[in-house]
Amino acid sequence: MYARKTSLVAAGAASLALLAACGGGSSAGGSGSEASDDIAVSATDTTCDVDATELDAGTHQFTVTNTGSSTTEFYLYAEGDRIMGEVENIAPGVARTLLVELPAGEYQAACKPGMVGDGIRNALTVTGESQQLSDDEQLQTAVEDYTRYVGSQTTALREQTQAFVDAVNAGDVATAQGLYQVARTYFERIEPVAESFGDLDPRIDARENDVEEGGTWTGFHVLERDLWQTGDLSASGPVADQLMTDVDDLVTRVQTLELQPLDLANGALGLLDEIASSKITGEEERYSRTDLWDFQANLDGSQTAIASLRPVIAEADPDLAAALDSAFAATQADLAQFASGDGFLLYTELTTEQLQGLSDSINALAAQVSQVPAVVAG
Amino acid sequence: MKLSRRDFFGAAGVGAAGAVALGAGSWAAGRDAEPATATAAAGQDAVEFHGDRQAGIVTPAQDRLHFVSFDVITDDRDALVRLLQDWTTAARRMTRGQDAGPVGAVQGNEYAPPDDTGEALGLPPAGLTLTIGFGPTLFRTADGTDRFGLADRQPAALVELPAFAGDLIDPTISGGDLCIQACADDPQVAVHAVRNLARIGVGLVSVRWSQLGFGRTSSTSSDQVTPRNLFGFKDGTDNLKAEQPATLDRFVWVSGTESWMDGGSYLVSRKIRMLVEVWDRQNLRDQQQTIGRTKGSGAPLGQRGEFDPVDFTTQVEGDVAVPPTSHVFLAHPTNSGTAILRRGYSFVDGSDGLGRLDAGLFFLCYQSDPETGFVQVQRNLRTDKLNEYVQHTSSAVFACPPGVTGDDDWWGSGLFG
Ligand code: HEM
Ligand SMILES: [Cu+2]
Repeated sequence: MYARKTSLVAAGAASLALLAACGGGSSAGGSGSEASDDIAVSATDTTCDVDATELDAGTHQFTVTNTGSSTTEFYLYAEGDRIMGEVENIAPGVARTLLVELPAGEYQAACKPGMVGDGIRNALTVTGESQQLSDDEQLQTAVEDYTRYVGSQTTALREQTQAFVDAVNAGDVATAQGLYQVARTYFERIEPVAESFGDLDPRIDARENDVEEGGTWTGFHVLERDLWQTGDLSASGPVADQLMTDVDDLVTRVQTLELQPLDLANGALGLLDEIASSKITGEEERYSRTDLWDFQANLDGSQTAIASLRPVIAEADPDLAAALDSAFAATQADLAQFASGDGFLLYTELTTEQLQGLSDSINALAAQVSQVPAVVAG
Repeated sequence: MKLSRRDFFGAAGVGAAGAVALGAGSWAAGRDAEPATATAAAGQDAVEFHGDRQAGIVTPAQDRLHFVSFDVITDDRDALVRLLQDWTTAARRMTRGQDAGPVGAVQGNEYAPPDDTGEALGLPPAGLTLTIGFGPTLFRTADGTDRFGLADRQPAALVELPAFAGDLIDPTISGGDLCIQACADDPQVAVHAVRNLARIGVGLVSVRWSQLGFGRTSSTSSDQVTPRNLFGFKDGTDNLKAEQPATLDRFVWVSGTESWMDGGSYLVSRKIRMLVEVWDRQNLRDQQQTIGRTKGSGAPLGQRGEFDPVDFTTQVEGDVAVPPTSHVFLAHPTNSGTAILRRGYSFVDGSDGLGRLDAGLFFLCYQSDPETGFVQVQRNLRTDKLNEYVQHTSSAVFACPPGVTGDDDWWGSGLFG
């Protein structure tokens, strides 16, 4: 049920262009540079063979072939697990390509059979000219990268919401249940952006008690109730159609989004605060109990925003950059304990001690992330 | 209704109603002495129990609170009346620093349980006030039963509060037929009072829920220093104050209803969890923009002194100084169109099992009508940035009758008489 399909995460130098060719995916709005090579990656359930260990700086194409029996993912990480490019949801027997521009530096190529955990990693050294960016350029690059991420997430959100809405309108409870958390993942990763559009976030994501007496409750969670609590979709059509309209509205508004570097830092913290204040209590997915999917989405969205800023942070405060790396890794690992199949255990399957452990982990991470705004503001 | 600040503060007068201090007499030797007129140290004096208005509303907010809500478990109207009379007698005594009953904690028959529980022996009156309120369910139960023949005396203004956006109300710590607000400068004195009233009421009333508050979060007199709440901000700066009798008459005291409520006030209680761990990692600038005041001096953003008027037109670097999503912007009379008297207390009720303090504000406010008071302000706070850090978990509303005027009078005489 948890299948991130077409996420593109790009962060890096100003000239960085990233194009991913994953099924149904959107291009990341790069400059369209072409690769001169095609590096084979052979992924199985236990191995990840990358047909290169050293590359020249420039644009490269990777072709990932999954000969294993479970779905896999492929990631190219820069320092601090900054994602330079990724291919999601590579089914067994399928080959997919990734086009990515890599400036000089040390990278890791990783396959993630089963889509969970740290992955099987290979070192990759890229040599050639490395660019020196001014502080302002670095900040601008961070904003551009993150804005591109938001664009790709909302595009995926629209596609997945459409599929979900279609299933609801067809009265297909099982399919709609399967698609619910997929669509929501794309929303939860970038929720602070939706929040910045005032009424859009409540329209899409309000819980029943968020609505004041006499107000109308709309969005995902109404359908969540219909799907899990009542199982009755006979009156859900208009709610589903309204959700689609609101998501379309979000996609449109994101196209003219103007973010500031501080928005990235504050948004990263805001996503963790979301987990720490209401998700940890199980308020968010009270009918489906898929709260841990939201944890993961919020955490990934937060990590991506911080990763975009990582070169700025690393220059100003290397210790903080290192502390952030290890705190994100620790929380990712803490959450991964509860992975199950393609997703997670239900909220109700965790003990109080386990929830407290997650809460402590998120709070420790958030304490590090809360140092970032001061660094960004200089 | 839109107000300007001038309507508001032009009306300031003199004298804090109902806050006449009495000396505490020989409390140090026991709690059985009659009150004397000698002055004791600040924070130890008695507050006069009798008056046209109940004490504990505009009385300068004491430092500690014990609040209790009761369900009435008898259907016998006469028994309830007798209880209110007994309570009044005990309240009169305890606010003077005496034992709850005439015998005392240690003077009685060795084989009888004492008529005072004893933990306040040797303690001063500590400014104790006891304020009573009647909940909507006293008049009509949830299913509409008129248990005490009071239904036709239920004020139109006394209705359950509506649900607000973001509420997470726990019914087991909400509502109630009766409430007692005990405020004192010594927590043990407040607890002692509530405990003895509960003891006296055994078999007739049952404690529905109760709440301790360890520190005041408001000032109700301009003589008081503004305290800080658990978000670290001064709270109570722009509260209604005892020194503004005309404003209080307009917004706090009930008048002109020609009913038993004239001279009374409505009390709204809201237990508000504050997510202090999340708040504490917000940067200072965001904290200030959330409240709309500076954390240090308490001055409105864009102004200099704590008591400088809030000015929503002041600009700083091209932006309005007080953001339209800030708490002060939305709560201020200019934008809410009304005013309330806040009298809340901070609480920390242990931890919540998720590694977080169960901390917050036990919000209390008084107004002449809940609909044009709390409800109107709270609705206006729908877009308050503060909402990200708080959650309302309990809710209640009570009609607080006018004061007990003398030794023959009792709590509820107007209602039941
Ligand atoms: C935990 C929750 C709350 C916190 C931490 C909080 C904090 C504050 C602070 C720091 C101030 C500024 C100082 C002052 O003028 O007193 C203030 C003002 C005020 N608050 Fe709250 N408050 C909370 C809840 C509420 C609620 C629920 C209401 C009413 C529905 C409310 C109504 C007001 C009003 C009317 C003012 C005065 C605004 C003005 O005239 O400038 N507050 N609050
Ligand atoms: Cu959400």
